Amino acid sequence: MKETARKSVLAVGPFHPLQEEMEFFQLTVDGETVTDIDVRISYNHRGIEKLSETLQFDQVPFLVSRICGICSASHPLAYVQAVEEIAQVKVPERALYVRTIINELERIHSHLLWVGLAGHFIGYDTVFMWAWKYREPVLDLLEEITGNRNNYGNVRIGGCREDVPDDVRPRILAELDTIEKKTEMLTKAVLDDPVLHARLKGVGVLQKDAAVDFAVTGPTARGSGVPIDVRHDDPYAAYADLDWKVISQTEGDVFAKAVVRLLETFESIKMVREALQKLPSGPVAAEVKEIPPGEGCGHAEAPRGETFHYVRSDGGNRPIRHKVRAPSYVNVPSFKASCIGQHIADVTLTLAAVDPCYSCTERVAVLDSHDSVIHDYASLLQLSRAKTAQLRKEIGTPVMKLEDI
Amino acid sequence: MNQQTLDKRLEETADRLIGIERTQENRVYLLCESENVYDVCRFLFDTLNLRFVITTGVDAEHCFEVLHHFADDECGCMVTVKAFVRDRENPELDSITPLIPGAEWIEREIHDILGIAFTHHPNLQRLILNDDWPEGVYPLRKEVQP
Repeated sequence: MKETARKSVLAVGPFHPLQEEMEFFQLTVDGETVTDIDVRISYNHRGIEKLSETLQFDQVPFLVSRICGICSASHPLAYVQAVEEIAQVKVPERALYVRTIINELERIHSHLLWVGLAGHFIGYDTVFMWAWKYREPVLDLLEEITGNRNNYGNVRIGGCREDVPDDVRPRILAELDTIEKKTEMLTKAVLDDPVLHARLKGVGVLQKDAAVDFAVTGPTARGSGVPIDVRHDDPYAAYADLDWKVISQTEGDVFAKAVVRLLETFESIKMVREALQKLPSGPVAAEVKEIPPGEGCGHAEAPRGETFHYVRSDGGNRPIRHKVRAPSYVNVPSFKASCIGQHIADVTLTLAAVDPCYSCTERVAVLDSHDSVIHDYASLLQLSRAKTAQLRKEIGTPVMKLEDI
Repeated sequence: MNQQTLDKRLEETADRLIGIERTQENRVYLLCESENVYDVCRFLFDTLNLRFVITTGVDAEHCFEVLHHFADDECGCMVTVKAFVRDRENPELDSITPLIPGAEWIEREIHDILGIAFTHHPNLQRLILNDDWPEGVYPLRKEVQP
């Protein structure tokens, strides 16, 4: 039976020039209800861990920042923290603050990106336009600080490459004010909208014990009542000096995950402001000459959860082993717990709720008991939007317009 | 629990270990032979309620090392179980997936790229390697050059 299923899907093909991430979900359904889910990954395995063994310690951050365009601050940070642990490097205070600022700006733009996509999946394209419009200035700020909108290449062993220029600070603060206001408006629109309540609450629930068993991290865990956050639990960069709180919700549904991300955006805005205000003077990097033999574990809270890097050195100039674990690697398998029993129209959204790269969901194929492909990504998206439209009609709320803002 | 309590509780499993190493205050490595790995992990996951982070497979010189990383999120301590798989010809290790469902993928991955067979794994199919990848070639082993 599985063989037939795979054949039907191969015709769609996991590769597509427009999509950056190859994952394939195969859902088995009984009528409209999902009864099983099978995931295949690694269509585009890049061998980063093996490649890393061929690079010098200070070249590796450039490689790992390319693991993900959106988490391109968290991966190198987790890596350099592992190496700094081996070499017992004392990183200058100012560098710790600069790292914090860049990582929080990354979180703001990533969370806004997710909110926009979630809106898109359920047919709220206005939310999509809004969220992405407000995300844009964050990328501009990152460009001003590091020279790049993504793949910042700013973190190095012992500190940072680029400082936050003094003349950019007022601009960052002004932009943060705007983003805060707009995110507030967006949050209110989500929290007060009866259609979104009806559409997102109770959908794709990941129970607390399943969250622990599948070892999920980030907003996926915090939305299910597991309040873990590396920034708080094993503080790195300057997080221990800042005033912020870990956001968590207990419901475990898509709505809870959305609320966690929206409220976290405010915490991040607060943190960037405070970090800019407290920014100590001094150098942004310490000189690191040699990496002694040893092993180190570095982890950082990426927008999607904990990014973990393990590095082992034999005293040479290259790592002899470098393990990378991105948060989606543990978050994605939790679909086994959150998708089964769901309505097909809710699946795209449930899959999107853990915020893998959105292209993941575009490889969904739904099989009925005759093993033929009956829904592709486009028709699933259509189903999801139709359900929202139906709810909207029943509840009778007006459609949100761009002019409202 | 705080770091001191954790250190004390870790002593409870000392008879299954061949050593405890510490690279800094909150980084602990529990060294064990392959036959004890399941029991040590069960103690960390079920009794101490540590969070499973991930597993690292290492091709060390004379053996394979399988490192199960756990985290105590209350004190920010990373506890790593380092199991030595000494038989390089037929490397085998007890799977921890029956205990921790979240370990399914990573054990399949290590099976693919290092060739370590995880016994009692519910679904040890290929995860990383393509279906037409030749049997017996393990890309993360040191003899395979990129």
